[in-house]
Amino acid sequence: MSALALDAERVRLDFPILAERVNGHRLVYLDSAASSQKPEVVIEAVSDYYRHANANVHRGVHALGERATELFESARTAVAGLVSADPRGVVFVRNTTEGINLVAQAFARERLGPADRIVCSEMEHHSNLVPWQRVRDQTGCQLAYIPVTPAGELDLEAAEALLRPPTRLLSVAHVSNVLGTINPVRELVRMAHREGITVCVDGAQAVPHMPVDLGELDADFYAFSGHKMCGPTGIGVLVGRPQLLEEMPPFLTGGSMISVVTLERTTWDEIPHKFEAGTPDIGGAAGLRAAVSYLESTGMEAVQGHGAALSDYAIEALSEVPGLTRYGPSGANQLGILSFNLSGVHPHDVGTVLDRYGVAVRAGHHCCQPLMRRLGVAATARASLYLYNTREDVDTLLEAIGEVRRIFSD
Amino acid sequence: MAQTEPVSLDDELFREIILDHYRHPRHRGLLDPADMASHGHNPLCGDEVDLSLRVRGGQVEGVGFEGQGCSISMASTSMMSEEIQGKSLEQAHELIGRFRAMLLEGQDPSSLAGIGDLEALSGVRRYASRVKCAMLPWTTLEAGLKQLEGGHEPAGD
Ligand SMILES: Cc1ncc(COP(=O)(O)O)c(C=O)c1O
Repeated sequence: MSALALDAERVRLDFPILAERVNGHRLVYLDSAASSQKPEVVIEAVSDYYRHANANVHRGVHALGERATELFESARTAVAGLVSADPRGVVFVRNTTEGINLVAQAFARERLGPADRIVCSEMEHHSNLVPWQRVRDQTGCQLAYIPVTPAGELDLEAAEALLRPPTRLLSVAHVSNVLGTINPVRELVRMAHREGITVCVDGAQAVPHMPVDLGELDADFYAFSGHKMCGPTGIGVLVGRPQLLEEMPPFLTGGSMISVVTLERTTWDEIPHKFEAGTPDIGGAAGLRAAVSYLESTGMEAVQGHGAALSDYAIEALSEVPGLTRYGPSGANQLGILSFNLSGVHPHDVGTVLDRYGVAVRAGHHCCQPLMRRLGVAATARASLYLYNTREDVDTLLEAIGEVRRIFSD
Repeated sequence: MAQTEPVSLDDELFREIILDHYRHPRHRGLLDPADMASHGHNPLCGDEVDLSLRVRGGQVEGVGFEGQGCSISMASTSMMSEEIQGKSLEQAHELIGRFRAMLLEGQDPSSLAGIGDLEALSGVRRYASRVKCAMLPWTTLEAGLKQLEGGHEPAGD
């Protein structure tokens, strides 16, 4: 087992909530794929904003207005830096879901018709599936899915066959929130672009856990959420190719996104502001900026290395539990998300017992009902790891799983 | 956050009788023909119950169910089926009311006449996220009875 790439015991101390006790036990938070915890610096940044810089952005000529605007725009630059994107293509939205809906309505709905096809995959989160079903219903286009193999990976041969005319758009997860699979997005983008197909990537589970270089990845749209990457809830990011964003109509309209408004007509502001109607989540942006700087100072390579090593450790330990089935790949292709079932025990019961031991996991369909059907299960329990998790956390998980087995043994 | 003492799950939530009904459900299998068929679903967790009843002269003559879900929802369904078998529809309604009072209104089960073994499910009260699981068969039964009494006796006889 390789040495862990960062000192998680020290990282833990940066997260005040991890000192909470739950049901008399030390909190073992293994639900970061749903939402990560926040380090002190992020909590402080949000509160500092409201204490020292609160005002609306891009409006006031006064000092606070300028501070707020500067903070908001510096958050944009910080996010662009983290994922190597052009800041003009960085649009602040509420979350991944909103980012994908923006692409669906302001891009796909505008351009697609009955002769066209959208391709997603069977492992998509409902956020990257339902918006496309809606576009299908609105435009009459087709919708097809790249199958998932029994190993929990995308079937690349099938993908290649689908990434041809009449497909015009591919939207796929970078990392699966159920299986932890890291999809070969670079390769998929290459296949798609050869055929002139636009690519949208759901990066909700990737950006928090691994270095992401959008320059290299070359996707046309890429969405992620602040709250899964140590930032606050309420702020997310859609990165779009600036040229496409310029060609697109707005998604929402109103204040802040205009250039000139008369009673007859309106001209839009420049990108990215054209896509940011109304007062944005400025406090959230301040927090996200702090989260980006926290992750950068820790080092995304180290975050990924830690996740991979801890994941290997957990996968090995889980593999020794009798009656436990894990769903998803192992090794370098897996990112700290461990879905499993215990034979004869419903995942909700697993979750309830674990909670009594202070271990927080998610149980359910994880907003991936089609994938659950593909796996032939109604639900799974899911433990997801992040930079503040330790081997001790994994050991506690295993002990608590032992308790589940004891209670439910015949 | 309030500190709670570590509790023993075995006697609070997963009591032996609950686990026994979960492992060995009574009345499993739908009745065909049936006088009442009702489907219940908890979209939050995906638990599902199908309930069928045979009713003669205002009495529950037969109960059968199919379902999939956690120990709490399945045990609750099995125990409910046992309790309502042979009862009048009126008694079934009363039982639904008492069960609801126990789980949702915090009534002490010992003050609820005829609650019987169902008392074992009272521990669920402390687990807000699980109350819906225990309630599922009861709301399913209630919806089915409403339909039945609304005059929609399915064809059969
Ligand atoms: C892969 C994936 N896509 C999309 C989402 C949706 O994220 P949000 O709820 O922040 O919009 C999530 C998280 O729930 C996710 O894991």
